[in-house]
Parts: sequence; C-alpha cells; structure tokens
Amino acid sequence: MIIKGVCIILSFYFLGMGMSHLIGGIVPGSVCGMLLLFVALCLRIVHPDSVRSVARALTQNMAVLFVPAGVGIMAQYEAIARNWVGIITITLVSTVFVLLSTGATAQYLNRCFKNKTTNTRK
Amino acid sequence: MKEIISSTPAMLLLVVGSYYLGTMLYRRLRSAWVHPVAVGMILTLIALLVLDIDYPTFQAGTAFLDFLLGPTVVALGYLLYEQIEHLRGREITIFIATAVGGLIGIASVILLGHLFGLDSILIASLQPKSATMPIALPLSARWGGLPSITAIVVFITGIIGSLIGPWLLDKCGITHPIARGLALGSASHGIGTSRAIELGALEGAVSGLAIGLTGVAISLLLPLVEWMM
Repeated sequence: MIIKGVCIILSFYFLGMGMSHLIGGIVPGSVCGMLLLFVALCLRIVHPDSVRSVARALTQNMAVLFVPAGVGIMAQYEAIARNWVGIITITLVSTVFVLLSTGATAQYLNRCFKNKTTNTRK
Repeated sequence: MKEIISSTPAMLLLVVGSYYLGTMLYRRLRSAWVHPVAVGMILTLIALLVLDIDYPTFQAGTAFLDFLLGPTVVALGYLLYEQIEHLRGREITIFIATAVGGLIGIASVILLGHLFGLDSILIASLQPKSATMPIALPLSARWGGLPSITAIVVFITGIIGSLIGPWLLDKCGITHPIARGLALGSASHGIGTSRAIELGALEGAVSGLAIGLTGVAISLLLPLVEWMM
C-alpha cells in the first residue's frame, strides 16, 4: 500500500519540521524527520514493511532531484568562475583528508576491538 | 506558445527527460565522466539557453522536485535502519569513524577556505560537501551558503572520491573492507558508494550506511562549529 507509506513519510517530515523549529532550526526538518523515523523503526512504532516501497522508490531515484539544484549555477555563474581554482583545490584536498581520516580511524578501531575480543577469549 | 514551453509539465519533462538521456548514455559508455546527473544538468542548461527561459521561471516549474528532496532525506532513515541491522556489533567503529570524517571535512574546508581567501558565502557552500546531496543543500542554505554552488561541489566531491578513493586507500595501507567502505561513503556519499559496491558486498553495505550517518554527523557538527567561531 503506497498511500500508507506516503502518509508515514510525510508525517515524519512534518514531525521533523516541528522538532527543527523547537530547537531553533539548527538542524534541518528533513534530517530531524529522518532521525525520528529511524528511532520509530528501531522501537517498532513503525513497521518496516509499511514504508519500504516508498522509501526505496525515493532513495533509489533521488539523483534526478539533483539536476535542478545544479542548474542553479546559471544564476551563480560568476561566483564560481571567479574562484574556481580555490573551489576545486579545496574540494580535492578536503576529500583526500576525509577519505584517509575515516579509513584510518575505522581500521584502527577495528584492530582495537579485534584485540579486545581475542584477549577476552584467552 | 512561450507559456506552454515554460509551463510546469514542460520544465519537469525537461529535467526528468535530460536525466533519462543521461542514464542511457551512461549505460552505453560506462564511464564516470558521463554521470547521468552531469549530463542531465548540461542538457537542461543548454535547453534553457536555447529556449530563452530564465532561471526564476525554471525554478518555479521544478519546485516539486525541490520539495521531494525533503521526503527523500526522511526515507534515508529507513535505509539507515535496514543497513544497521546487517552491521550489528560494529556500531561504535562506524559512528566514531564517520564523526571523525565529518569533522575533518568541515575543518579542512574552513582552514583551506581562509588560506585561499574565499568569502564566507563560498565557505558555507563548501562545508557540507561530503554530505549526501539532499542533506547538503538545506545545510548550505541554513548556514549562509548558496545551494546551487553546493550542488556542483557535492557532485565533484563524489566523482573525486570514486576516482581516486580506492587507489589512495591502497597506497596508504587501508585494507580492511569496513574501513574502505566507510571512507568512500563518508567522503563521497552515493557516488562513492556505487564505487564501494564494485569493491565488494561488505564495502558496499558499510558505505551505504556511511551516507546517512555522515549526513547526520555534518548536520549536528555545523551548529557546533558555527557556535565556536
């Protein structure tokens, strides 16, 4: 039942907007809604079957939604043209930092936890 | 005639049709350089210029697609739930690693931005670049950036990570599948995840989880950063 799933997703979006408003808008309503839906699924307030089809339809096709946002450079062409060297360099360097810091942290923690479990087994 | 060409169905068809042509081209060529989003954007831009339709008209016609970004983020909550079920027992590693990645991403943009003399609008536009697009766009708007610049930067971040990510991780001795998947998903959201899926099933699953978590981490870290500055 698609309509049920749509109602649940919209309800959580609405609740998320409310929550975002209560905390002064520091976290977007959609992100609050995502967290609320996640919690509701974990606590079995919402059954996963009821949102699965709608959630998959939205997330599997979301790339098409990025096209209008990107077309907006039409209006901001100058800001990008003036600073493109900085923008590209920062994006490249920062992406390398994120790749390495996340990867190294995860690998380190994995090794720690593995040692711990082998130690307790001894 | 002009009203029909710039009507809502025409604008929606233009975007969805351009993207569809992009997916067909991608299926033919199988190269990261012809990503359907990039092809869709370029075709839409060309059509708008040829048909002489201004940006406000286009924006009004495609408001429905912008709205759908919100429910899509909410739907990511389901994906997060589904993926976390498969990765029980590794939550702490995954949470800490994505939080570290999110923090490094924001801090490096702020530091490098000042180094390159970018103004605060551009820095705010670049800050959420490792978040998935539907989360990055409202974050950019909320913290004083321009979402359209963020859209381009988020896309470039995805492409960079998927092109150099696996090679860079090899070079730096990051070999654990969970670490590799997390790194790709945290740095390069959905585009990094499609690359991670090619590396292996575990890499793909962890990477998918990292998309949502990194989005949440960046959403929670940005107010903190703003408050400290």
